[in-house]
Amino acid sequence: MTVTAPVRDIPAVATASHSPIPLWRLTAVELRKMADTRSGAWLLGVVGLLAVAVVTVLSLTADAPQFDFGGLLGPTVLPAAVLLPVLGVLSVTSEWSQRTTLTTYALVPRRMRVAAAKVLAALALAVLAYAACLAATAAALPFAGGPDPWHLPAAALGKAGLFLVVNVLLGVAFGMLLLNSALAIVLYFVLPIAWSILGEMVTALARPAQWLDLSVTSGLLLEPVMTGRDWARLGTSVAVWIVVPLVLGLIRVSRREVK
Amino acid sequence: MIEVAHLTKRYGAQTAVDDVSFRCTPGTVTGFLGPNGAGKSTTMRMICGLTPPTGGHATVAGRPYRQLPNPGREVGILLDASAQHPGRTGRETLTLAAQLLRVPTGRVCELLARVDLPAAAARKRVGDYSLGMRQRLGLAQALLGEPRALILDEPANGLDPEGIFWMRGLLRDFADRGGTVLLSSHLLREVEAVADRLVMIGNGRVVAQGAKDELLSGAGMRVRTLDPAALQAALATAGLATAPADGGALLVDAEAEAVGRAAAAAGVVLLELQPGRARGLEEMFLSLTNGATAPEGTAR
Repeated sequence: MTVTAPVRDIPAVATASHSPIPLWRLTAVELRKMADTRSGAWLLGVVGLLAVAVVTVLSLTADAPQFDFGGLLGPTVLPAAVLLPVLGVLSVTSEWSQRTTLTTYALVPRRMRVAAAKVLAALALAVLAYAACLAATAAALPFAGGPDPWHLPAAALGKAGLFLVVNVLLGVAFGMLLLNSALAIVLYFVLPIAWSILGEMVTALARPAQWLDLSVTSGLLLEPVMTGRDWARLGTSVAVWIVVPLVLGLIRVSRREVK
Repeated sequence: MIEVAHLTKRYGAQTAVDDVSFRCTPGTVTGFLGPNGAGKSTTMRMICGLTPPTGGHATVAGRPYRQLPNPGREVGILLDASAQHPGRTGRETLTLAAQLLRVPTGRVCELLARVDLPAAAARKRVGDYSLGMRQRLGLAQALLGEPRALILDEPANGLDPEGIFWMRGLLRDFADRGGTVLLSSHLLREVEAVADRLVMIGNGRVVAQGAKDELLSGAGMRVRTLDPAALQAALATAGLATAPADGGALLVDAEAEAVGRAAAAAGVVLLELQPGRARGLEEMFLSLTNGATAPEGTAR
């Protein structure tokens, strides 16, 4: 049978070059996917507003100008560090809950590449957010600056950035392990609370918490000084809460049937 | 172009797909038919490397799907039109795919026009789309990489009659340009109108496959008359085997001319004389749907 539909030019038989999709392109697409949904756009908007609000409140309400760059940067980074991990979670889990994996893995069957791109995109998101935080802090300094407003030790600059990176990666790792938006987000928010409650109630847990409660150990990054022991504590909790879930999650993602 | 060899998928004790083999060649539309739950979607997901098979293998363009460097340039996939992020606009959904496939962004507009999604609709979020619009969007996404093959799972679902007509034209045109099309459906009529070849599946097994004309001609001629008894006697005299069909008609295992001559010789008035094709397949299809075994004499 023939149907006389209006024949527009569509090359059914093409001779396109079929080179693999480079990782940077995959990463750029994953980064875009974090921001181009309604939920993604809202989250980013809220993070931006909160960061601006923090900077404004701190610089306007401080009795006397007391902050230097490093001191103001910590609080400014905080909203991003709390909320951007949710984007990291959703970047992985929404694919499964909205079943867009059917498209994603049909276009890129190598799932480890997609996973790598998601991790890289989360890192890029953290870097971009950090740049925005730095800009917002710098803009507020003239109003909140103490005697030496532009004082920003290189260590503080690096650690605040690392703080953001650790948190965003935590989101990706939880998402990868649980592959369920609600579960991963709830756990991400509840875990630090659970640690602090249990740590106070059960004295035996207080000491392990120093090493395993990521919200405490990552908070060390915002302190002026970190000792070698502090870095060891951070490393331990990162291994437990980010590296292990990420590895298990990668195994899970590579094996799971896409429906 | 698409080759499926002994694909099998078991979930525990349940066998969803059982030793399914077929091939789709360039220039043809293959209809993949079967009732709901027959294993069509599972088979298609196995072809696309989304579901690991328990046994057997499938290749697209001579390679396992997962080894295609940039699969979207080779084969367009639409497995489930509703599997799109509801918070993304239609245009954005296509733009993402265009970036992965490395096709110019201008092609997004081209395809939106091709599938009749107006600009206003493309700006809306997919969550606000009807199923028909999602099918159009999914088809645009499948066509984006200028593939040489299409694998579409129930693409006519949710389309209105005009949309179904339009889609048939599009697929026919695609195949006539040398493309390979595999499309599934649980509606015989829908596939019959566009397919060159049919693969019918029931309970995970292929029950019939072959060229559509061959498969459908198995049922002989369908003939209806004012005087069934006289016609039956005349046909028996002519040595033609008959079987009763619905509406008082007879199915005759013969060419139209032989039936006509027998009727003319007996002076019987004919009301209808046509290939009994669709009914044969339809009966088989219905029996599948009812869970009964397929009629004998069908090509395996």
